[in-house]
Amino acid sequence: MSYSITEPTARVKWLAGGLVVAYALITLVPLLWIIATGFKSGADSIAYPPKVLFEPSLEGYVNLFTDRTRATPEMLEAAGPPQNWVEQVARDQGQVIAGPSRFGERFLNSVIIGFGSTALCMILGTAAAYAFSRFRVPLKDDLMFFILSTRMMPPIAVAIPIFLMFRQLGLSDTHLGMILLYTAVNLSLSVWLLKGFIDEIPVEYEEAALIDGYTRFQAFYKVVLPQAATGIASTAIFCLIFAWNEYAFAVLLTSGNAQTAPPFIPTIIGVGGKDWPAVAAGATLFLLPVMVFTILLRKHLLRGITFGALRK
Amino acid sequence: MAEVTLQNVSRHYGSTAALDGVSLTVPDGAFVVLLGPTGAGKTSCLRMVAGLDRPDQGRVLIGGQDVTEASPAARNVAMVFQQYSLYAHLTVRQNLEFSLKAPGLKLGAAEITARVSRVAEVLQISHKLNNRATQLSGGEMQRVSIGRALVRDPAIYLMDEPLSSLDAKLRADLRIELKAIQAQSGATLLYVTHDQIEAMTMATHVGILDHGRLVQFGPPREIYEAPVSLYAASRLGQPRINLLPAALFPGAPARAKTIGLRPEQIFQGEGEEGQVQRVEHLGDQTRLHLSYRGESLITVTDAHSPLRAGDSLRIRPQNPFYFDADGARII
Ligand SMILES: Nc1ncnc2c1ncn2[C@@H]1O[C@H](COP(=O)(O)OP(=O)(O)OP(=O)(O)O)[C@@H](O)[C@H]1O
Ligand SMILES: [Mg+2]
Repeated sequence: MSYSITEPTARVKWLAGGLVVAYALITLVPLLWIIATGFKSGADSIAYPPKVLFEPSLEGYVNLFTDRTRATPEMLEAAGPPQNWVEQVARDQGQVIAGPSRFGERFLNSVIIGFGSTALCMILGTAAAYAFSRFRVPLKDDLMFFILSTRMMPPIAVAIPIFLMFRQLGLSDTHLGMILLYTAVNLSLSVWLLKGFIDEIPVEYEEAALIDGYTRFQAFYKVVLPQAATGIASTAIFCLIFAWNEYAFAVLLTSGNAQTAPPFIPTIIGVGGKDWPAVAAGATLFLLPVMVFTILLRKHLLRGITFGALRK
Repeated sequence: MAEVTLQNVSRHYGSTAALDGVSLTVPDGAFVVLLGPTGAGKTSCLRMVAGLDRPDQGRVLIGGQDVTEASPAARNVAMVFQQYSLYAHLTVRQNLEFSLKAPGLKLGAAEITARVSRVAEVLQISHKLNNRATQLSGGEMQRVSIGRALVRDPAIYLMDEPLSSLDAKLRADLRIELKAIQAQSGATLLYVTHDQIEAMTMATHVGILDHGRLVQFGPPREIYEAPVSLYAASRLGQPRINLLPAALFPGAPARAKTIGLRPEQIFQGEGEEGQVQRVEHLGDQTRLHLSYRGESLITVTDAHSPLRAGDSLRIRPQNPFYFDADGARII
């Protein structure tokens, strides 16, 4: 058999495949456990030894989205038959539904703040990266280093100044405040990553477009952006993951109005005791958007992480 | 199509002069070839006309209008880049259409399709129109880049070594095709090449660049037969002109330092004896490598020459070029 640099041998393929599967198992088991716990009953969730096989229940999800009160049998009797299956699930636990919980609201806040800051970061980051890549910016190298240096300190180190600033500006506990904050934190790394991607796009493409009768902005829009799509997608995922998971600032700066899901999920307390199925259900739903976003952009992401290796 | 003029154009990068006081007129309908070794300023010259670079000094005129400050889009020029620059995210067809869909041009869809098909046909890339630009061979990419220029109807075509990565057959075909297009449509071209045959067969005018200066400009035969300098003389001719000490042959003018002998300036059968070192039968001609009084030179003889290595051959100069110590031609 002839030897090829790019084509691995069958044995290497099996070995590599095995390693990937083993790694996937290690990382996926906790994830699967969370998803499974979301569908367990309260009793099953804390059963010892742990139950791998169980009867699925929507208790966790119902409890996640509702506030309930414990009811005596007489009260249940007086309330009449349950109106729908949601109420039925609550009744089965000896509770009545008092109203919707705040999870939906918190989740929506996460979506607005996470995607909002990612979008803003991409717009500003791409524009800045393009300028640094293409234009003669005075003190370019020093500025680039300065931008990176803003990221060298852990953001939480400036928590107190930011807290005071936000209070002065009326940005505390607002969506806008959180979007601006996450954008500011992510922007430096985004500019660096994006500049790398834009640097790789030969300037001849734009020059050709200029000669073809396009303005500089049209050339940017028609030629640079599509070719930078890979870089923008992978940078966007990095930004979204940070903003989506961020906990410390969210605890510090939000409470009532703009609180995101991460500080909210641990506060889900059942009526009497920690409600693990509800926490797991919240965690499962919380995982979904980033997962979907990453899967949607996965083609770009893979190419982005290999840093243009596939591009001619 | 239009006349293009550079007036005393200079452009410096740090201490290197990419262009140094170049004045050049590309007449309407002319096919001007720029020659010069690497770094001579050929690409810089095209970029000035295209408006991708601004001159430090001097003016650029297209069709009599001063466009020195005009944007590339406003100049209506088409350019084939030295490194072919196809849009990697587009198909071949989209690449060819790109300039025709530029805002402000407003061509009908039928017109665009017609132009693209015609050019694709000429360049033999019709079967690749729906391929992505990245799925092409180097030669196909280069043909698409030429096509990107040819679909347009610009004031001038600027081409920077457009045929360099094609095989010999295709290059010969496209050479004829380009020349035919130019002859039919009266297109104006400013063309860079390192290829002798391209320069001699296609050009109506040749410009010789040396370190950013235009040292000679004229019809190719004039450059070949009456070079102004040693430098200009060595740009054209295959095999290259032989440059030897002037004292090697009798009859050199007093100031002459170097004698320049093209093969046809070496008369065979008279004069002093030289030795044949090597004989190369190229088919249509035979090259002789001679040693003559300790110097070596190359000349051409007829295809069926019986000469062999070791034979002697008498040679003498016939209307040679003489150059002085600065390399300028002595007339
Ligand atoms: N953007 C630039 N920055 C610095 N120097 C440059 C730049 N563009 C051109 N030069 C210099 O100007 C000179 C002329 O360059 P140019 O590209 O015009 O050469 P050329 O004749 O096209 O050479 P080649 O045959 O190798 O393409 C070179 O010495 C080159 O290094
Ligand atoms: Mg060049």
